[in-house]
Amino acid sequence: MARFLALLAAMLVLASPAATQPKSAVRLPVFPAVEPGTALRFPADHGAHPEFRTEWWYVTGWLDAGDGQQIGFQVTFFRSRPSIDQRNPSAFAPKQILFAHAALSDPKLGKLLHDQRAARAGFGLAEAATGDADIVIDDWRFHRTADGRFKAKAGGKAFMLDLGFVPTQPILLQGEGGYSRKGPKPGQASHYYSIPQLKVSGTVTRNGKAVTVKGSAWLDREWSSTLLDPKAVGWDWVGLNLDDGGALMAFQVRDAAGQPLWAGGSLRGPDGTVTRFTPGMVRFGAERIWRSPRTGGRYPVERSLTIALPQGERRWNLKPLFDDQELDSRAAGGPIYWEGAVSTDGGRGYLELTGYVSPMKL
Amino acid sequence: MAAKGAGLAARWMILGEWRAHPMRVVTAGVAIAIGVALGLAVHLVNASALSEFSRAVSTVNGDAELQVRSAAPAGFDEQLYPRLARLPGVSAASPVIELKATTGRADEQITVLGLDVLRAAAVTPSLLGRPVAAEGEGAHGPTNDAPFDEDAIFLSEGALEGRAVGQVIVLTAGGRTARFRIAGVAAGIGEGRKVAVLDIAAAQWRLGEIGRLQRIDLKLAEGADETRMRDVIAAALPADAQLVTRDSEARRSDSLSRAYRVNLDMLALMALLTGGFLVYSAQSLSVARRRPQFALLRVLGVRRKALLAQVLVEGISVGLVGGLAGLTLGFGLASGALRLLGGDLGGGYFGDTRPELVFSPLAGLVFLVLGLLTAIVGSLAPAREAARAQPAVALKNAGDAVDPRVSPPIWPAVVLLVAGGAAALAPAVGGIPLLGYASMALLLAGGVAAMPWIARTLLGPVQHLSLRWAAVDLAFKRLWGAPSQAAVALCGIVASTSLMVAMAVMVSSFRGSVDDWLQQLLPADLYMRVDGAGVGGGFDPKAQAALAATPGVATIVFQKTTSLMLAADQPPLAIVVRPMRGPEAANRPPVIGRELTPPPGQTPVWVSEPAAWLYGWKPGQQIVLPIAGAQPFFVVGVWRDYSRQHGAVTLDAADYTRLTGDQWRTEASVDVAEGRSSNEVMEALRAKLPSDVAPRVTFAEPATLRAFALRIFDRSFAVTYGLEAIAILVGLAGVAATVSAQTLARTKEFGMLRHLGVTQRQIVAMLVTEGALLGAVGVVAGIGLGLVMSQVLIHVVNPQSFHWTMETKLPWALLAGVAVALVASAAGTALLAGRRALSADAVRAVREDW
Repeated sequence: MARFLALLAAMLVLASPAATQPKSAVRLPVFPAVEPGTALRFPADHGAHPEFRTEWWYVTGWLDAGDGQQIGFQVTFFRSRPSIDQRNPSAFAPKQILFAHAALSDPKLGKLLHDQRAARAGFGLAEAATGDADIVIDDWRFHRTADGRFKAKAGGKAFMLDLGFVPTQPILLQGEGGYSRKGPKPGQASHYYSIPQLKVSGTVTRNGKAVTVKGSAWLDREWSSTLLDPKAVGWDWVGLNLDDGGALMAFQVRDAAGQPLWAGGSLRGPDGTVTRFTPGMVRFGAERIWRSPRTGGRYPVERSLTIALPQGERRWNLKPLFDDQELDSRAAGGPIYWEGAVSTDGGRGYLELTGYVSPMKL
Repeated sequence: MAAKGAGLAARWMILGEWRAHPMRVVTAGVAIAIGVALGLAVHLVNASALSEFSRAVSTVNGDAELQVRSAAPAGFDEQLYPRLARLPGVSAASPVIELKATTGRADEQITVLGLDVLRAAAVTPSLLGRPVAAEGEGAHGPTNDAPFDEDAIFLSEGALEGRAVGQVIVLTAGGRTARFRIAGVAAGIGEGRKVAVLDIAAAQWRLGEIGRLQRIDLKLAEGADETRMRDVIAAALPADAQLVTRDSEARRSDSLSRAYRVNLDMLALMALLTGGFLVYSAQSLSVARRRPQFALLRVLGVRRKALLAQVLVEGISVGLVGGLAGLTLGFGLASGALRLLGGDLGGGYFGDTRPELVFSPLAGLVFLVLGLLTAIVGSLAPAREAARAQPAVALKNAGDAVDPRVSPPIWPAVVLLVAGGAAALAPAVGGIPLLGYASMALLLAGGVAAMPWIARTLLGPVQHLSLRWAAVDLAFKRLWGAPSQAAVALCGIVASTSLMVAMAVMVSSFRGSVDDWLQQLLPADLYMRVDGAGVGGGFDPKAQAALAATPGVATIVFQKTTSLMLAADQPPLAIVVRPMRGPEAANRPPVIGRELTPPPGQTPVWVSEPAAWLYGWKPGQQIVLPIAGAQPFFVVGVWRDYSRQHGAVTLDAADYTRLTGDQWRTEASVDVAEGRSSNEVMEALRAKLPSDVAPRVTFAEPATLRAFALRIFDRSFAVTYGLEAIAILVGLAGVAATVSAQTLARTKEFGMLRHLGVTQRQIVAMLVTEGALLGAVGVVAGIGLGLVMSQVLIHVVNPQSFHWTMETKLPWALLAGVAVALVASAAGTALLAGRRALSADAVRAVREDW
């Protein structure tokens, strides 16, 4: 869901109109609104939507290196369109900014390995293609091949991921046919689809040693121009690949008091039937708090997720692969948040907790 | 027991001698102190300024590992950036726009850096700006609304002075003026640096640099072979870009001012040398006076070595005390000079920086040791003389040890002078005229060594004259009869006079040549210039036509000055664009020697004297300059230029426009039509100026420009003038001390004269005549030697350091003043000392010694 919004917001959205220029002369970008009823078309919607303010390609999953040891990973590419004067003819004009993060959760390490890239689009060094997924930042790339597979290459000094993802299930449109509301106002929404139960194969290189891995992953795709309500300070998101072939996604947007401003999600059963959650159906509970020794942030890393399904209430208890999966990206201009591999009875996935150290502003 | 007794006797003798003649010891000590102080002060100031300057360079460079820089301020094509970024082994590449900008404030220049924050974060994080709003909200993360805002600019602490975040700043660079909002502080940029950081796209757009870059900062991948990568990167570069490393940057900033710094160091060491001669003269006199005492000690069983050691210990004590005092004085002088004159001591090399004084104990130790060595060397000859004397002879004869009838040998002096002359012919060592300075030192030593011979030759004819005045006659006879005492007194005078004269003649020649050159260079009636025009700014062809059509303008010649970096470790070369052919070329700078005609199809270029020297260019040669790619040029002539020490080349305006397409000009010289006043025409021209450049155009008349240039010249020579004044004072003090010591030593002689019927008045007249005569001989010899040494400064040291030549111009007034002051002070001190010596009554005076 609205992951990394803080980063995007912080870096770009507030860019104020050129104050020393005559107001009439400045040509700011016009961001299209997310409209319900817009039909998503593929493969075009795998590609970038450069008119919108923000967009991401977000892959999370679990890997098995063959020794029975499970590790979590995330590879994320973001696109953002800053509010700058569109008349600037410079090839460096930051009309599109691309970011990417990658992290590895290894319980033997007890903390995250992570790396990132950021660049303004241009000169072929950083580009987000339209028409199909292909986003490049220097030596990192996420793209879709002709045979329908996705490929990701990311990493740095500490680790290197070179992974392929084969879809095993159809695309899951979130919300109303891909129109996913994030707040009480209809404009607070995104275009949102997921591809759960991706079959992963590839290599993870650490300390110069490449290990062949297999596993399962979840791809989230969202683009929007206006997302969060001004009262929102953070959000919780979880996506689980269930062992029976099902897929569960749930999120809530919190206000300063920790109360949900909005919530949503969906459950796709093994048979393909989809139940979409209205705000009243989703309840996140905190079972155990972990306090970060670095930042002092108090994260509910063990959670209960209760969904009031039409056929009756169901509860999933989420347990982290290990506690310290906090990511402090302040050095790279980003926020502090918790993004970790979690498991439940009959399922595995990723949990994201933001706004627990200080409020995320938009 | 005997040794102990001798040691005690030696101590008494030293202390007694010092107590009896404190001025002599004090002058020698002060001379050493001044030498050490000047040397240390100049060295400290230079070292502080240089470290400050290299800090400034690395501040603007943000400590990038490797850098690609454009040869000219116009920059290179931005497509080089992706090519370098993709090279294997390059881990990050950060493109940079680097411009010099002026602000609304007079005389303020700011370095403007256009950065891609996302790239610079990996390569030069210290250059990044921080929005002030984010302070104190660390956990929140920065609310970076500003990095991509084309309006936002971040100022270093130095540039922020007197401004506040949120205010508007107007910058003029690259010929464009743009307004920006101060969004925050670039806190990583060191104190005192004036730097403004903004987004690269905003810089390209607002400051007229679309498609261009001045710099690409590179970071290599871990483990990449740097030497190999340098070759790989250099091979990928176009002609108008250069690979720069930290080393080559350091060499460049060093070569910028090295010649100037070495020259000052050498001048300071010359002061120390003068101190050495003063120690020599003080010690010689003291030894001569105490010859009977030493003889007595020898008779009492003290060994020669002990006597040698005693005189040396005296010298060392003087050197040590003087040296330590010099260290303190030097440190004080250095901090004072830094505060008053700036890090370049007024030389104008480092801009407006006020560096912190960096004290290095090693430098202090070196100068202390130099001071000690000078004192030891100065004492060595007198000490050997004291030890060598025959006790029996010395006991009897308290007079001059040298037989006046034997002419002193001239050959050691001749050997030294010939060696000095030969050293002057040698080339520079590493761009520094070391052998030129060696030549000056040898000439000085030779001149001083020749003094006894010269004194006798000059006094020879006069001593046979029978003069009517007994006093004058006595004075002549005495100087003739005590040649070594005269020589000792003279060597101090000659050393300080000759150094002083050499420096004075050089400075006056330089100033005179600059003045002549300025007159040739500024023949028009009126000059105008666009400040901070940079590249592509100033007057476009339309504005030029409008200005040319102004009533009252007889002719107007447009000109442009830009720069070009030819080698990574050399300061940039200036490019002067002006009409060099046709009627408009009438006022062009004169060429030294013959001017060639370029072969058909070749573009002519005129090179300045320093450029010809630095790059080895000769008329008739073909050279390649990175103008509009890389173009061949034919050197047709060399012109004199004192304003750009690092070289300049002149291109014909038509050729330049043909090659580059650049028709903009930044300067103009105007001939006013007959019957019009300069002021009237200036106002008419001002009215025709395009509105965007009008506030930045300055007008000047040649007289103003000349006065301004000479003021800069005088400022940069302020330290030289200061050193000169100190040398004169030390010299005069030396003369006074020597003459008064010699006079006081002659109490017995005066008593004898009184017994023979000579009146007090006559003795005083004799002393004054002696002093004046001594001074006159010293002045003649000193000025002669100084003139020879000045020729070494003018024809060897200056061309080798600064690559320009000059014509000798003698400062007659100064020379006459120095001559009068020296003769007067020698005669005056003799008079004063004589009165004191005569105050004792005649009977006691005769008994004084025995």
